[in-house]
Amino acid sequence: MSLDWTHFTPWTSFAGGILIGAAAAMLVLLNGRIAGISGIVGGLLTPRRADIGWRLAFVAGLFAAPLLMLLFGQAVAPRIDAGFGMLVAAGLLVGIGTSYGSGCTSGHGVCGLSRLSPRSLAATAAFMLAGIATVFVVRHLV
Amino acid sequence: MNLLSVFAAGLVFGVGLILSGMTDPGKVIGFLDVAGNWDPSLAFVMGGAILVGFFAFRLAGRRAHSFFGGAMHLPRNRDIDNRLVGGSALFGIGWGLAGFCPGPALVSFGSGQEKAAIFVAAMLGGMLLYAAAERLIHEPRRRARHHA
Repeated sequence: MSLDWTHFTPWTSFAGGILIGAAAAMLVLLNGRIAGISGIVGGLLTPRRADIGWRLAFVAGLFAAPLLMLLFGQAVAPRIDAGFGMLVAAGLLVGIGTSYGSGCTSGHGVCGLSRLSPRSLAATAAFMLAGIATVFVVRHLV
Repeated sequence: MNLLSVFAAGLVFGVGLILSGMTDPGKVIGFLDVAGNWDPSLAFVMGGAILVGFFAFRLAGRRAHSFFGGAMHLPRNRDIDNRLVGGSALFGIGWGLAGFCPGPALVSFGSGQEKAAIFVAAMLGGMLLYAAAERLIHEPRRRARHHA
């Protein structure tokens, strides 16, 4: 193991984390909802009329974020190595897995760990270890 | 509910994801690649988010109603079972393959990334498959109960 100092961004990553925590705080304190993205989106697929509005409003906010960053001259420049087949397989696994596991990085990893939930700690440990194992296989074994 | 404040929360969440590096799959995979050239940045994202979230959720847990008057929808399920761990492991495999999790994928989709659009479409497909499978499993049981 070595440290990747060229890509290491502790301060902007920490600041981004503070914003993510602040957004989760806004949603729960102002509106009583958990900022779990897979749950918010999943609820749109089997919609109940009473709670479709807030889910759409939150997703609209997510969509608007890159536009706001662009106004401040910050273009999003992601490095995406995965090809079509890999993206489809990954998307399916993420969709099915977050549904069965009732949450993702935001619901379990941020909100659940903030609530000191043992259930979310187990989920976070499971997806972290699975992610690490997958990258190990793809990068170092295949 | 106050929809404008929900929109604002989504916006702040998305800006946080972009600023933190979570919307860059290369950075996510660099974080998960502990055996290679490891980039620990994303641990700082979680640290920052939980630092704020800890106090917010402590406060939320003591309140019966949200600021705008609606009920507090906090999870009550405490079971650690095969569904939770198995589902989360499947999610982790998908996360490691492409470097996308749901929030950052939606933000990248919003910025017009074609590859993010493919991922999001497949993710929604996976969620629909799950919903269909659940219906198949539970519908006969529910019907049987009605007959009993």
